[in-house]
Amino acid sequence: MDKARTVVEMRNITKRFPGIVANDSVNFKLSQGEIHALLGENGAGKSTLMNILFGLYQPEEGEIFVNEQEVVIDGPNKAIKLGIGMVHQHFKLVHPFTVTENIILGSEPKLGFAVNYKQAHKEVERLSKQYGLNVDPYAKIDEISVGMQQRVEILKTLYRGADILIFDEPTAVLTPQEISELLEIMRNLVSQGKSIVLITHKLKEIMAIADTVTIVRRGKVIDSLPVAGTNPNQLAEKMVGREVSLKLDKKNAVLGEPALEVDRLVVKGRQGLNALNETSFVLKRGEILGIAGVEGNGQSELIEALTGLRPVSSGSIKISNMEIAGATPRTISEAGISLIPEDRHKHGLVLDFPVRENMVLETYYTPQFNKRGFMDFDAIDKHAERLVKEFDVRTPSIMTEARALSGGNQQKAIIAREVDKNPDVLIAAQPTRGLDVGAIEFIHKRLVEQRNMGKAVLLISYELEEILQLSDRIAVIYEGRIVGEVNPAETNDQELGLMMTNYKQSQGGPSSEQTD
Amino acid sequence: MNKLIKAITGGSAIVPIVAIILGLLVGAIIMLIGGYDPILAYRSLINKVFGNPYDFGETLTAITPLIFTGLSVAFAFRTGLFNIGAEGQYIMGMTGATIIGVSVHLPWYIHAPLAVIVGALFGGFWGMIAGYLKAARGVNEVITTIMLNWIALHLANYIVNDYLLEPGKGRSYMIDESASVTIGWLSRLLEDARMHWGMLIALLAVVFFYVFLWRTKQGYELRVVGHNPDAAKYAGINVNRGVVKAMFISGVLAGLAGVFQVLGVFLNQAVSASHTGHGFDGIAVALLGGNNPVGVLLGAILFGSLSYGAAGMSFGADVPPEIIRIVIGTVIFFVAAPGIIRWIIKRRLPGKKSKGEVI
Repeated sequence: MDKARTVVEMRNITKRFPGIVANDSVNFKLSQGEIHALLGENGAGKSTLMNILFGLYQPEEGEIFVNEQEVVIDGPNKAIKLGIGMVHQHFKLVHPFTVTENIILGSEPKLGFAVNYKQAHKEVERLSKQYGLNVDPYAKIDEISVGMQQRVEILKTLYRGADILIFDEPTAVLTPQEISELLEIMRNLVSQGKSIVLITHKLKEIMAIADTVTIVRRGKVIDSLPVAGTNPNQLAEKMVGREVSLKLDKKNAVLGEPALEVDRLVVKGRQGLNALNETSFVLKRGEILGIAGVEGNGQSELIEALTGLRPVSSGSIKISNMEIAGATPRTISEAGISLIPEDRHKHGLVLDFPVRENMVLETYYTPQFNKRGFMDFDAIDKHAERLVKEFDVRTPSIMTEARALSGGNQQKAIIAREVDKNPDVLIAAQPTRGLDVGAIEFIHKRLVEQRNMGKAVLLISYELEEILQLSDRIAVIYEGRIVGEVNPAETNDQELGLMMTNYKQSQGGPSSEQTD
Repeated sequence: MNKLIKAITGGSAIVPIVAIILGLLVGAIIMLIGGYDPILAYRSLINKVFGNPYDFGETLTAITPLIFTGLSVAFAFRTGLFNIGAEGQYIMGMTGATIIGVSVHLPWYIHAPLAVIVGALFGGFWGMIAGYLKAARGVNEVITTIMLNWIALHLANYIVNDYLLEPGKGRSYMIDESASVTIGWLSRLLEDARMHWGMLIALLAVVFFYVFLWRTKQGYELRVVGHNPDAAKYAGINVNRGVVKAMFISGVLAGLAGVFQVLGVFLNQAVSASHTGHGFDGIAVALLGGNNPVGVLLGAILFGSLSYGAAGMSFGADVPPEIIRIVIGTVIFFVAAPGIIRWIIKRRLPGKKSKGEVI
């Protein structure tokens, strides 16, 4: 490794934000032609470091060398000039524009006063072909998939002559198949002389593609080592700072009474078509029932119907023998259903509120927190302090706005609130989406703990691995129907993948490649 | 209370203060261009506001409606609504108070409170219309409140013209003595400035604003609705009812501004050709005050003083009073564009950075 030329070197970079040191004299070295993974939990400071390299932040201390020349990168334009490109996690594209228009935006080839589209299309096509990106330069951004949009972002950097590409959590938004295609593209890029920094917290990707990995924890570099000589457990340990079990210890389920009975439930979706078609299942106390399925097969509508957010056309939902179909969210909540919502920013939290006010979002009106119409902040504070401690929510204080917390800690706060309601049924929708290993481990343990306490847990997730690992029973949903039920011990992702795409019924359906 | 002060002064106060200074500077530059003496002008302005008891009292009178309309707009803001209709609600408040003040005859301890309550309800009802249309029909409140401003203006004129008009005058009959909320002894103390109880109520409204939004269950609900309607729905809060309620309260606050103008200042309601501007100034006051109750109070004091003091400027320095509208406009501009101010502060304080590093 040492023989390769160093293209980027960052020395003793320190960056402070109010209240935290995001980077604490960090050293980072990128060699030519390598894929260098930057691994760390959410909020560890890896994105900050790369934003400094891309000129979005200015470091308080430290030096940056590009191609062995000391440089000051005072803005993205400077970074681009130095051959650094960044593919952001959230794409920065103009949707009604075509692929080409997006790529050339800001550095258009000119023909007199007009934009030379002909030349632009040709150039985009050439780059696309050279790096195997397979992008149609004439397509509108609106019309292409998320995976394709990402490739447009990659092309944007290449068009501007980037030799050093920074990928910020590139796989967070992709399907398993798109991920493997992206990894292929990255291999292609380095084989043609580019150097890549991959910001990620997914160990699997690092093992699959990276040459070197630098682990960051709480703003400090813990280690930097070649991937070849390491393993996922070792990396996870370095990242989290303690031993992490990637496998889950789980006792056998002790089944109790049915807690949630869903019978021939019909619910209309956003387009007015039936999103749930006579869905039926029973969830018992003491078990985790996993609902597996490809996104968009009625999972969101099921969650909304179960929590009272979406009207029920017909059928019944019973919780401990009480009919709750069509009841209000509050009635349902009081009847004993808790939800860890799919989208924690949309449904789970009020981001501008302090943690303490978020902790009573569903219980603020109860006598415990409310005295004759006035909020009892003494009680609310005590409650919040207790939950923050019990669930290890890392926050400077309970007065901190939820927005300032990392994703994992936001999720912990939601889980603390929902579990503390002591529900009979806990619905966990995508409970670990976008979280890092440490937080995932914590959340999985809590879900199993709830099940061991005799609660009924309904797990809805698009991640097969999670479903297989946690569930005592798996029901597969396809086009709003439960099309099969399997025992996780007797199945594998291959079989589940086929069921999820309903391969048995529609021969030659979409990809059966559900392996993650 | 400590927390409250901290919330106001904590960081965010620097932008309005710099904005005010810049606004005054821009005003001064324009005066210089026009060949006036800005120092003399501003001195006359201050002199007008604080110079004698009468003017000081009248300044307070000018500030009062701005506190109410500022709170009205800020309250709606806090609950996720943009109430452009404080003007219309203000007019309806006036109208309600005038109707009771002129056409009913009761002992003072019933008459005045009744006039205040009815006027406030008129304003609240006017706000509620926009809230209802948003909740039930999804109509954007910005559009409805703007239209309701015009409807209010002409409805009020119609009511005054056809039912309350004193023959030969362009205004309603004077309200009964028993409905008036003036403070005689204070007026006499301040050389007959028009002092009234509305000033005290305005201060109470500032306290109400804070306590209601941040201390009560209903305030919590409204804030959740304002910040995240989806989370509110899941938490079992009725979002539509919240919108209607918020617009009602916002309307009541604006309505009270009109109520006290009638019952405490003019003692009648004029047929007016155009809007008074108090409602629109409320938007600026709310913006300047960061939608914070005490901030609104300070913003209203500034705006009220500048507007009233403008007359002194033209008297003392021969400066046209419109200059002060330029100052106000510039202040709003800089408050609305905090980026400019942060940029200026950053450029002005290059030495501070190294100091920060030591810490």
